[in-house]
Amino acid sequence: MPDELVNLTIDGVPVGVPKGTLVIEAAKQAGVLVPHYCYHPGLPVAGLCRMCLVEIEQQPKLAIACATQAAEGMVVKTQSAAAKSARTGVLEFLLINHPLDCPICDQAGECELQDFTFQEGRAGTRYSPDYPKRFNPVEDFGPDVLYVPNRCILCTRCVRFMEDVAREPVLNVSERGDRAYIGVHPEARLDHPWAGNVVDLCPVGSLLSKDFLHKARAWELDKSASVCTGCSQGCNITLDTRENVVVRVRPRPNLDVNRYFMCDHGRMNYRWMNRGDRIEAPLVKRGGELHATDWEDAFERVTTVLRGAGPRVVALVSPRASTEALFFARELFRGLDWTGAFQAVMGEEVPLAGVPDLALRAERVPNGRGAELLGYGREYAAALAAAESAAVVLVLDEPDIPVRAAGALIYVGTVLPERAREADVVLPIANVAEEEGTFVNRDGRVQRYAQAKPAPGMARPAWWVFSELGAALGHGGSVGSAAEAFERVARAIEGFRGLSYEQLGFAGKPVAVAVPA
Amino acid sequence: MGYPHKSHPKETVVLSKHFGEVDARGYKGWVKRGGYAALARALEMEPARIVDIVKESGLRGRGGAGFPTGLKWSFMPKEKKKPHYLCVNADESEPGTFKDREIMRWTPHALLEGTAIAARAIQAEVAYIYIRGEFTEPLAIMEKALAEARAAGVFGDIKIHVHRGAGAYICGEETALMNSIEGKRGNPRIKPPFPAAAGVFGMPTTINNVETLAAVPHILTKGAAWYKKLSLSSPKSSGTKLFSVCGHVQQPGNYEVTMGFPLKDLLYELCGGMRPGATLKACIPGGSSVPILDREETESCLLDYEGVVERGSMLGSGGVIVFDDSADMVYQIMRLARFYAHESCAQCTQCREGTAWTTKILERILAGRGKMADLDLLLDLSENMTGKTICVLSDSCAAPVVSGIKKFRNEFEDYIAGRRKPVMVA
Repeated sequence: MPDELVNLTIDGVPVGVPKGTLVIEAAKQAGVLVPHYCYHPGLPVAGLCRMCLVEIEQQPKLAIACATQAAEGMVVKTQSAAAKSARTGVLEFLLINHPLDCPICDQAGECELQDFTFQEGRAGTRYSPDYPKRFNPVEDFGPDVLYVPNRCILCTRCVRFMEDVAREPVLNVSERGDRAYIGVHPEARLDHPWAGNVVDLCPVGSLLSKDFLHKARAWELDKSASVCTGCSQGCNITLDTRENVVVRVRPRPNLDVNRYFMCDHGRMNYRWMNRGDRIEAPLVKRGGELHATDWEDAFERVTTVLRGAGPRVVALVSPRASTEALFFARELFRGLDWTGAFQAVMGEEVPLAGVPDLALRAERVPNGRGAELLGYGREYAAALAAAESAAVVLVLDEPDIPVRAAGALIYVGTVLPERAREADVVLPIANVAEEEGTFVNRDGRVQRYAQAKPAPGMARPAWWVFSELGAALGHGGSVGSAAEAFERVARAIEGFRGLSYEQLGFAGKPVAVAVPA
Repeated sequence: MGYPHKSHPKETVVLSKHFGEVDARGYKGWVKRGGYAALARALEMEPARIVDIVKESGLRGRGGAGFPTGLKWSFMPKEKKKPHYLCVNADESEPGTFKDREIMRWTPHALLEGTAIAARAIQAEVAYIYIRGEFTEPLAIMEKALAEARAAGVFGDIKIHVHRGAGAYICGEETALMNSIEGKRGNPRIKPPFPAAAGVFGMPTTINNVETLAAVPHILTKGAAWYKKLSLSSPKSSGTKLFSVCGHVQQPGNYEVTMGFPLKDLLYELCGGMRPGATLKACIPGGSSVPILDREETESCLLDYEGVVERGSMLGSGGVIVFDDSADMVYQIMRLARFYAHESCAQCTQCREGTAWTTKILERILAGRGKMADLDLLLDLSENMTGKTICVLSDSCAAPVVSGIKKFRNEFEDYIAGRRKPVMVA
């Protein structure tokens, strides 16, 4: 049964929302952002910052938009004199004890206190400089979280996250009145595997990531939509880069995958994206040594090897590779007797207790499901054994591979491990931050990731490399974009049929085939 | 009024009749005085009938808000699907109020009897009497009385527990009190949901003040009509009310008068008037959270819910704080603001920051370093602190500040202009 709709007007804009919708959410649909601090859609309502006070016609007092349900015929005014004055009042109260140390605060530029104060705060303070401001020293809360109490506005988002979402209530509000601060249990640390979310949730610069401390100003960052490669959950993320260096990973809301959160394992899993020791040019073996060459020459070597390939080809691929790369790789072996396998690193499953179906998954790779859908198996040991006698072995970005190939070895990767120096051809590819593509998460959801920085030297996306090789082998035309690459996957592979790159958007879509339990 | 004074002839002693009688504290002594007869009858009555009688009596909440008690009881679900709870607010912490303390000290069984009747009326199987943490003597007396009454088996299936608070003013706010009973930090909850829908432990709950419940057995015994007639003025206020008078009067203490009694008579006759040579300057009629009355307003004020509102204040808890002409109103208001700043639960921004800022401004004025602009600033801050928060603690801080500046502005100006010697160092 469809939800019953109620119609209301917010700042003159009529909207219809399901019964039970909060005014603050209904306002978003009307294109109105009601300023707020304590409210967060991923947390229980607290209703205490009093910033979202709005005027509702025929109600005697201002109401908080975060705890008032939309009702039929309701007329909400966020810009009335009374509502504006109430918010200006709250901002003034919030700032009297605030150090106003924006120039040295990591949050500056993405601070809601700063933003709303610029928007509708008072230009000057009426708080006498004679009065001391509240002072508490910086506290080390846990492995990655610092607490700067002087900047804290006591919105309690962090407390509610730990209590109701992580279900490890190690934070509280300690003391009362204007002496209050966020306290951590004296015998505990904020070391929950999902604790890093409190830094994102903090609307001001009070909870800071040690990893990101003083790395960059918010306005220097470029942001790219991406997907976490830390496990098979496929949390939607934003890669923040400064001058083409990934400096921070943050969760990107997706109600179907990770809601508003990501785990610390994924959050810290980005330094490899900035590795300096990359393969920057195609390499071919001449006289027992690898020599840099151009793509044309390298492609020629590979096609020669593949054209003369004997009965068996083995592909050992990384489940961190894009769906598109995995597709075009297998297309190279059309007509050949080939085996493809991948190995998924496993770890401990770490659920986020308060959110169903969200965990750091035991399978610590992002595209195992995609590899399976494309016909790659998990029989890795067997594939390794088969590789020893295969005519051609293709290795896709598995630097730790213990392969002993009697036949030809083609290594396609981002870095050059010792073992790969025995390869006949080495092809440099982009890493996940340097290309566009898709992953399929454990639930069969196809999700796009965008390019955050350029690839080094001559490195190219793996799908481009394989599609060029395929074209050279006469297996259809090459593709010029990730979108085209995906359309080819969608045309050829059953589960992807009907999906389009555009329609995937950055929230993703489930594959059509049933997902095995 | 009772201990330590004899009742004044103009008092109407119902609740305080046995104040001072040590014997009345015991179960036997209470039964000898007619106690527990009303409860025995109530346990035989239909719950809805009890609610109706209390509705007819016109009894209103004595904790401060003055909400009709029977109506409040009728908000509880008629059809019982979940456990029902009764909470008794014995967290009497309002500065200037000490009536519930005396009820518990002298007539603990009156409260227990009223509690059990109310529990019956709202179909609650469990009642919590939440006693202020500092009330060590009333706590011991209540616990002893509860053990005796339990042993006598007077409560039927109703279980009554005494729960000691830890000494926070805010835990007298009804939803903070429920959080406290649940073992949580005493923070007021946003409403809705109201307690009748989801109160203590998330179950339908009614919360009543000690004095309210102590009146219930009398209403059942003597009838709703009798109680309704105990009024000298507005038909909307009925019964007797205990007034805790403190400050500059000859005989401070608890006085029980019918609704509509003139405040002037309470102060000048029952309390023996001002000290020799002193004249009345101001009065806070309903506990520290209500606006201050000046002399004229005080002397023309009738003590019922409507009468005090007419004079610009509220009946509140009935804690009457009296100031004679020796009182320093600026200092008194600063002390109140400091109290609220200390007790703010820290949830709402306006209250957490506003109470403390207000205190700082008042302290600076008292230190002789105030500015004339501070007065308008105080009024503006008070405006921002009124009607915008989860509970009324913030409003309670603003009320005496606003009324104080309005009515005694000259005293503030004397400090600011240097006409008065600073009394503080800031």
